[in-house]
Amino acid sequence: MANKLLSLENVSAHYVSQQGTRVVRAVDEVTLSLDAGETLGIVGESGSGKSTLALTILRLLPKAARIVGGRIMFEGEDLVDKPAAEMRRVRGKRIAMILQDPMASLNPLFTIGDQVGEPLRVHEGASRSSAWQRAIDLIKSVRIASPQTRVAQFPHEMSGGMRQRIVGAIGMSCEPRLLIADEPTTSLDLTIQAQYLDLLRELQRTHGLALIFITHNLGIVAKMCDQLAVMYAGRVVEQGPVSRVFSQPLHPYTKALLGSIPRMTEEREQLTAIDGQPPDLANLPAGCSFAARCPAAFARCQVEAPPDFTVEPGRSARCWLAAPTVHASIDQTIPLSRSAAS
Amino acid sequence: MTVTTTPLAAAAASPAARTLKLWRLEGFPLIPVLILLLIAFVAVFADFLAPYDPQIGSLARRFRPPAWEAGGSMAHLLGTDHVGRDVLSRLIFGARVSMVVGLTAVLVAGGIGTLLGILSGYLGGWVDQVIMRVTDAWLALPALTFAIFLAAIVGPSELNIIVILGGVYWTRYARVVRGEVLSLKQREFVRLAVVAGCSKWLIMRRHILPNVLNSAIVLATLMLGVVIVTEASLSFLGVGVPPPKPAWGLMMADGKKGLMVGYWWLTVFPGICIMLMVLSANLLGDWLRVKLDPQLRQL
Repeated sequence: MANKLLSLENVSAHYVSQQGTRVVRAVDEVTLSLDAGETLGIVGESGSGKSTLALTILRLLPKAARIVGGRIMFEGEDLVDKPAAEMRRVRGKRIAMILQDPMASLNPLFTIGDQVGEPLRVHEGASRSSAWQRAIDLIKSVRIASPQTRVAQFPHEMSGGMRQRIVGAIGMSCEPRLLIADEPTTSLDLTIQAQYLDLLRELQRTHGLALIFITHNLGIVAKMCDQLAVMYAGRVVEQGPVSRVFSQPLHPYTKALLGSIPRMTEEREQLTAIDGQPPDLANLPAGCSFAARCPAAFARCQVEAPPDFTVEPGRSARCWLAAPTVHASIDQTIPLSRSAAS
Repeated sequence: MTVTTTPLAAAAASPAARTLKLWRLEGFPLIPVLILLLIAFVAVFADFLAPYDPQIGSLARRFRPPAWEAGGSMAHLLGTDHVGRDVLSRLIFGARVSMVVGLTAVLVAGGIGTLLGILSGYLGGWVDQVIMRVTDAWLALPALTFAIFLAAIVGPSELNIIVILGGVYWTRYARVVRGEVLSLKQREFVRLAVVAGCSKWLIMRRHILPNVLNSAIVLATLMLGVVIVTEASLSFLGVGVPPPKPAWGLMMADGKKGLMVGYWWLTVFPGICIMLMVLSANLLGDWLRVKLDPQLRQL
């Protein structure tokens, strides 16, 4: 664990109503880790706690929410009990974040140069003119043509794709160690999306940057990520290397997600949709939170929530089916089961 | 068809050059600005421009009509008032009072209101509660009565009038600005600034304040009229600018008695002055609003 760039250990963040009667477990006992230069994809449907998790790492939860447990180790420091003033020096400087909407992410009243240079002025005390010069370089690095001209323009003079790159340049300005991208491409069209993803990969390679990619697009995960964490109802239900999770999903939810992607190569009649709704996070069922929708659920799932089973190093799932003992009975060929049968 | 375009490279070399470019004379309200400049010029050089002393009249020459009316003379271009003071001279000196009182009071009200509105809207919580409850209480007080009450306590003087008007009218700014801030706070660029590690104060200064300034300026142009009229009312009631001093509102108030018996010039001329000043300020404010908004500025 010592060489990990970021590791979350049993992190929980809950929203508590004013009377304290309603508790919404937006992020519940999340354990994740990320090496320098690695890309982690976090997928899950809307409301599964992906964005809340990102805000938890940056300690930017809304007033009603708080981190109720766990440790967030970043470069050897625990971010959970860092004083607010120090935390501010982490944001934008060591951990940067890209928000969803490129159209609205820029202040309409300031030039691109002022905005790209802002983190430099805030964190490194750069003068306006030196920040301006570095902004030109940054704009060039996100492959925008004629940066000398663009730097002095206003956001409304740019296209959506350019604005998104500018937002990327703002994120990169202080050379952070970790960049969190919260659905950065949802509002871009497909060709621009692809270009933007290429750009992010290139920036990642040249800067040795770790990337957390929050998305509900599994295609992007396949293209971009090394590690994958699947979130459901505030919990990470399955995680592991992308290739392993894609080829051999352990959790029925992951299987269902993978089954719901349209593929050109297969001649399937229908896409598999997942029936039912995610549970109310303020009123989680006693057992596994996916049990009600799970095609493979059995009696134990209704009464007891599965812990996080480590299946192989770096690969785990919160499902009874992944438990070492039960695993044998359902899975194809495991020597243990054969010897037990004979 | 040939279209002449400025080369993009020349358009923007430095931030300063860019800022200058914003002020191209495009839809510039020339006449209102000239009127305001004229009023300002007259206010500054009143001592040299006024033909008579505005505070000393001669009872022998009272109620002289303007020069072009029967009985008028070139000696008193716009006539004289009930104690024989030259109306033109009083208007010239009155410009100074109206300019100083009107603009400063609007600035004071705008400053207090904008500051409190931003704090209230951005910080929220108990700060918001306290500021908004005070604002509610303030708005519940009848403005003019409240102003008279304050004037009665501190006594009439130009400085006091400015403070009183500022103290009475800041609430409208606070309300409008707070509303703007509440919606700005949700905007993605403010969230990005938070994520980038900007402090609350920096965000309020750099991202919130410039974005509420448009509304504040538009409100200021409207408030200028209200403030000048309130100043006139206070003067009329004897708690405004102390009487021998010429203020347009005071002149109108004095002239009101003469209006019924045909001495129209005593009220009409200061009335026209107030109207021109307020109208010009409104038109200038409208232009500024468009100029300050990059969305509207684009061609």
